[in-house]
Amino acid sequence: MSAPAMGTRKTAHTDSSNKKKKGPGTLAIAYLVIYNVVMTAGWLVIAVGLVRAYLARGSYHGLYYSIEKPLKFFQTGALLEILHCAVGIVPSSVVLTGFQVMSRVFLTWAVTHSVREVQSEDSVLLFVVAWTVTEIIRYSFYTFSLLNHLPYLIKWARYTFFVVLYPMGVAGELLTIYAALPYVQKTGLYSITLPNNYNFSFDYHTFLILVMISYIPLFPQLYFHMIRQRKKVLGHVEEYSKVE
Amino acid sequence: IKHNKKRQVEILDAKTKDKLCFLDKVEPNATIGEIKSMFHKSHPQWYPARQSIRLDPKGKSLKDEDVLQHLPVGTTATFYFRDLGAQISWVTVFLTEYAGPLLIYLMFYFRVPFIYAPKYDFTTSKHWVVHLACMCHSFHYVKRLLETLFVHRFSHGTMPLRNIFKNCTYYWGFAAWMAYYINHPLYTPPTYGEQQIRLALTVFLFCQIGNFSIHIALRNLRPPGSKTRKIPYPTKNPFTWIFLLVSCPNYTYELGSWLGFTLMTQCLPVAFFTLVGFIQMTVWAKGKHRSYLKEFRDYPTLRSPILPFIL
Repeated sequence: MSAPAMGTRKTAHTDSSNKKKKGPGTLAIAYLVIYNVVMTAGWLVIAVGLVRAYLARGSYHGLYYSIEKPLKFFQTGALLEILHCAVGIVPSSVVLTGFQVMSRVFLTWAVTHSVREVQSEDSVLLFVVAWTVTEIIRYSFYTFSLLNHLPYLIKWARYTFFVVLYPMGVAGELLTIYAALPYVQKTGLYSITLPNNYNFSFDYHTFLILVMISYIPLFPQLYFHMIRQRKKVLGHVEEYSKVE
Repeated sequence: IKHNKKRQVEILDAKTKDKLCFLDKVEPNATIGEIKSMFHKSHPQWYPARQSIRLDPKGKSLKDEDVLQHLPVGTTATFYFRDLGAQISWVTVFLTEYAGPLLIYLMFYFRVPFIYAPKYDFTTSKHWVVHLACMCHSFHYVKRLLETLFVHRFSHGTMPLRNIFKNCTYYWGFAAWMAYYINHPLYTPPTYGEQQIRLALTVFLFCQIGNFSIHIALRNLRPPGSKTRKIPYPTKNPFTWIFLLVSCPNYTYELGSWLGFTLMTQCLPVAFFTLVGFIQMTVWAKGKHRSYLKEFRDYPTLRSPILPFIL
């Protein structure tokens, strides 16, 4: 459900361009522009990689391997966004951003990377495509916003594509975690059993099931928040055109 | 003559500005508490504890003790009302959140069915430290329950109802998590054996007495039924001499007790609980320290919120 992790951070960005008093300094803005351009480029590389591999192989199967490294690199790089919030150059909640980024990183490393057997699953492709399209739009949205030159198309895309991409990403993520379960149980991956000197135990298999269950309360909340944001952001533009 | 003239009070909703209540012939020396009771009569669903009465819709709540004629209002006073939501008394919350861990831990200690494998039902651990840990944990929560009933003097009568769910989840959840491992058939006693357990028990008892001493000292600062606030100072009891260095030594001692318990059980979940508790208590201590500094010009400068010289 971290698929298109949009809306919540979006509001903050319009706020930052509307705030005339205090905000990030020019150096911070320059850095953020570079950061967002690099991320847009990175996810474009992933998108191109997917398309080329598909055309070369002629099938959807195993496309993960063709973009494994840039996916890991750029998705992990998003951890910087938590730092941006903590330092204050991006006016979003550290906790919310942290949660969103960590769930992406969790899926990338603790599930897909760690459980080799799921890497060839089609569900992986499902969330990778959802993430790729989302991130290209999101990072270009931020880039243009920072430069105070946001094309309506990008704004529209950001607030419309999620309607399909978000459920698509969630489906891919859940199916991938589900596919990983038998292997995790069989190998006892990341699990600690009793007895041990610190009297602690952890069952990764159970943990993954709890993660899947957590999507039930969390996904609808995030999704409908985005829907409301859409009405707010895209809604009033329609009103203006009516007035004219 | 004007001083004795009865006043009129109107209460408006802070959000909608609707006139909710009009009180006639109110004594000028009436308190906000009394006005709340009168408001309650016309709106029985809003008992006084859930009323927030202010002079300004977005302002601070007035205190129950505030007197009408000492407030900056005319002959007709206009107040704004905000519903604080369902309230529950602090005493109720404390008793519930502390009774839980006491009983839950004992369920694990006695290995009640459906927790561990059936062959262990109603058996007892072969490690004496497990019995000791049960006694310490139980003593700690019995102490807390008794303090709630007989020692503490609460500033606020009530808190929002949802707090009881939040607080009980925290206390009961952690108690179950800790108790599960300590009383587990596969529990491993501390690495350094009797030495470690003895040291841990000493720390634990020292801090329990310390914590109790602080609670008594704080109680004695405040006459019965009052809500006065004074700077706490060291008393004849050596356990209170820590007031020289720390604003909230009750939290300092509480941390010490749980460090002792962690050492005694050598159990990672206990360490987690201690850490989370420490973070929360530090937040509270810093807040309390800040309000002491704001309220008292002559507040001792050597004191830190919770850890001498450090935090």
